[in-house]
Amino acid sequence: MSKFMTWIDERFPLTKVWQEHMAQYYAPKNFNFWYYFGSLALLVLVLQIVTGILLTMHYKPDSTLAFASVEYIMRDVPGGWFIRYLHSVGSSMFFVIVYLHMFRGLMYGSHREPRELIWLIGVVIYVALMAEAFFGYLLPWGNMSYWGAQVIISLFGAIPWIGEALAEWIRGDFVISDATLNRFFAFHVILLPLLLAALVYLHIVALHKVGSNNPDGIEIKKNKDKDGKPLDGIPFHPYYTVKDVFGVAVLMMVYLAIVFFVPELDGWFLEKDNFVPADILQTPPDIVPLWYLTPYYSILRAVTFEWLPGGAKLWGVLAMGFAIVLLFFLPWLDRSPVKSIRYRGWMFKTMLMLFAVNFVMLGYLGTVNPGHVDLIWFKNVTWAQIGLVVYFAFFLLMPIYTKLDRNKPEPDRVTDK
Amino acid sequence: MAEDKTEESQPNRRRQFLTALTSAVGVAGAGAMMVPLVASMSPSARARAAGAPVEVDISELREGRMMVVEWRGKPVWIVRRSEKMLADLTEIRDQLADPDSTVEQQPAYAANDHRSIRPEILVLLGVCTHLGCAPTKKFERGVASGVSADWRGGFFCPCHGSRFDLAGRVFKNAPAPTNLEVPPHSFVTDNRILIGLDSEETV
Amino acid sequence: MKRLIISAVMLLLPLSTNAGGGGGHLDTVYINLSDKASLQRGARTFVNYCLSCHNAAFMRYGRMAEDLGISQELLKNEMMFAADKPGDLMITAMPTEGSKAWFGVVPPDLSLTARSRGADWIYTYLRHFYLDGSTATGWNNTLFPNVAMPHVLYRWQGYRSATFKGDGVADISSVQYQNLAPGTLSSADYDSAIRDLTNFMVYLAEPAKLVRYRIGIWVMMFMVVFIMLTYLLKKEYWRDVH
Repeated sequence: MSKFMTWIDERFPLTKVWQEHMAQYYAPKNFNFWYYFGSLALLVLVLQIVTGILLTMHYKPDSTLAFASVEYIMRDVPGGWFIRYLHSVGSSMFFVIVYLHMFRGLMYGSHREPRELIWLIGVVIYVALMAEAFFGYLLPWGNMSYWGAQVIISLFGAIPWIGEALAEWIRGDFVISDATLNRFFAFHVILLPLLLAALVYLHIVALHKVGSNNPDGIEIKKNKDKDGKPLDGIPFHPYYTVKDVFGVAVLMMVYLAIVFFVPELDGWFLEKDNFVPADILQTPPDIVPLWYLTPYYSILRAVTFEWLPGGAKLWGVLAMGFAIVLLFFLPWLDRSPVKSIRYRGWMFKTMLMLFAVNFVMLGYLGTVNPGHVDLIWFKNVTWAQIGLVVYFAFFLLMPIYTKLDRNKPEPDRVTDK
Repeated sequence: MAEDKTEESQPNRRRQFLTALTSAVGVAGAGAMMVPLVASMSPSARARAAGAPVEVDISELREGRMMVVEWRGKPVWIVRRSEKMLADLTEIRDQLADPDSTVEQQPAYAANDHRSIRPEILVLLGVCTHLGCAPTKKFERGVASGVSADWRGGFFCPCHGSRFDLAGRVFKNAPAPTNLEVPPHSFVTDNRILIGLDSEETV
Repeated sequence: MKRLIISAVMLLLPLSTNAGGGGGHLDTVYINLSDKASLQRGARTFVNYCLSCHNAAFMRYGRMAEDLGISQELLKNEMMFAADKPGDLMITAMPTEGSKAWFGVVPPDLSLTARSRGADWIYTYLRHFYLDGSTATGWNNTLFPNVAMPHVLYRWQGYRSATFKGDGVADISSVQYQNLAPGTLSSADYDSAIRDLTNFMVYLAEPAKLVRYRIGIWVMMFMVVFIMLTYLLKKEYWRDVH
């Protein structure tokens, strides 16, 4: 075996990479619950690709065949239903994990210097993931698939001058049609998976260059022992490989429980309207994207002021776009001298909590009729408008409240809590 | 191996044991999950339905004639042989590569001189055993067939010149290595053949 | 702070349940896919009545027979009217152009109705037909006003008319029926037959349901064991760190 390894190592940096990135890569020893989600996201990406490849063996990206091919997979293909549910539940699991992963970043300041680039690449991954989910959702060619795509693509039509032409170019037709389905298939199966794989690679490379953050937000590289190893660090392998396997076990239990017992999750993971083939003459009563896109859908619908130049639709699109773009600026909006929420003042703690609750509320509001009253007092659209303001305020006011906040002193070494 | 069980080696053994056990269980679980994924590539219900047995009515098939049906995407020949055709089969044995059908190109009930259940009804897969071309039928005897002066009737493959007799047996000196394949089949009634399924009696 | 978030989320979740659309709340039906006899009765009704006009184009006869424990002989003799082989899909004999002309709309495929509309909807729908002289078929439906489908099972349920409270808007919870002529089944027996049919349609929409709960239990048991092992393994290694 060692002769074989020598032969390989003379031609490929295998042992070197293993040492640098696993056995001798020192990570902070105080990782908590919030630190599972990076490796879990990678696992779900791999699972989505594997199940995706198996699905493409049977799926037909043709508007007359697509819907039936999905039912073919569910009934005629041995084990097909299992693969399909793994993939559909997997996409929702992916977003649960990614949102928790991003929230960890917000809490512990993982976006701060010197990790700004990791954060930026991460936001690009997030946007690519939303695009991947959006393209994938058209593929079953159900009625919600069709109309959801119709609504979102028509948003591009709101852009002045080039809008209509752009929407037509994206669709490849005057309406969502077979041409659109075929190209969304190409995007979903080849373009975005390649992009995602490349981006995840870059994300990890950038991470390993500076080393992981930790719940205390202090830099472990500042305190090294005589061998140059961080005093508060432990080698990733075997400690975090073994810990991440435990994380994988828990994730898989939850994931498989949903797959076997409630794959539709009462319409949250598989919408009822999508069990009806796409019908250009029959719009569903409520066009709702899947839950993970609903916060931004909410922001889009919140802008109802027609008196704005260009109209409400255009500004809704701009608001939604800006809400995502704001994420890129986070490292520079945050002016606090401390990284981790453990040492921040009450202002940041309040704003972050408010942001999280608000994000969930926006998500909920994206699933209901704007004109109804489903929360208290105000119409849903009013709450969405409040939500939009809170969302923007979290970012735009951040330079102010992070500067004003009275923080606690950061410790020199990590704490065990 | 050291005999003394010191404080250091105990936790090490525990660690090794736990690692081995967890890995084994993990691999078992992952393997179990792979089973449906791998199975998904086997023929689906649709493929099985398309490949299902085909029932053929031979009441209109006259003596000396052949009909062609499709089963699993391949041509199936059904020939109603005359007495003369059956007699010819025994006379050309020395020209054949495998006159006794020793190579298993047919079900047990067709491993006889006429390679069929009933002597007069021949059922063959019309696929040359060389490289898969579809041979043409040459039932005329002698020069009229265009094959040779002593031709007693059979099949001729245009691709590389393989010749088969009226029981699908391959001639010597032909590129085709074996006799034509006899598909599983059975008689539902005297005039209806089920291609693709043996019946209990004939197996 | 985490507790605040979790409780806030939990406060919001119950609001997500959408009430049934159409004419009021739906009657609930007890679905039990392990009741093979019920599924078989439902299959019989489906094949004899529904398939006359509707497709169930994603289901194969043979699969249904295998899953429900129906013998090949029974399948061929009693259930396959418009098909030759068990591997065939359950397609109706009624031509599409014909049904479009006669009903104004092509009867929708029923393979997935239990997933798109739900079992309760089907159960309610099939039990709320009433006579109405103003429609083309002479029948109307409280849950689905002015539906193009006639009351196919009228012989079982009998004839009845309906009166609506208030401004005459069709509503499940307030409709009153006047029985005009009895059917061959009592009200309870009719409900039972429709329950069997609905049960079958839930199976029809997702045959995998018959197996996935069973497999799921085993998987969960395995996962519990695996989680325990990985936890012990983690604790063992992390003794070095703490």
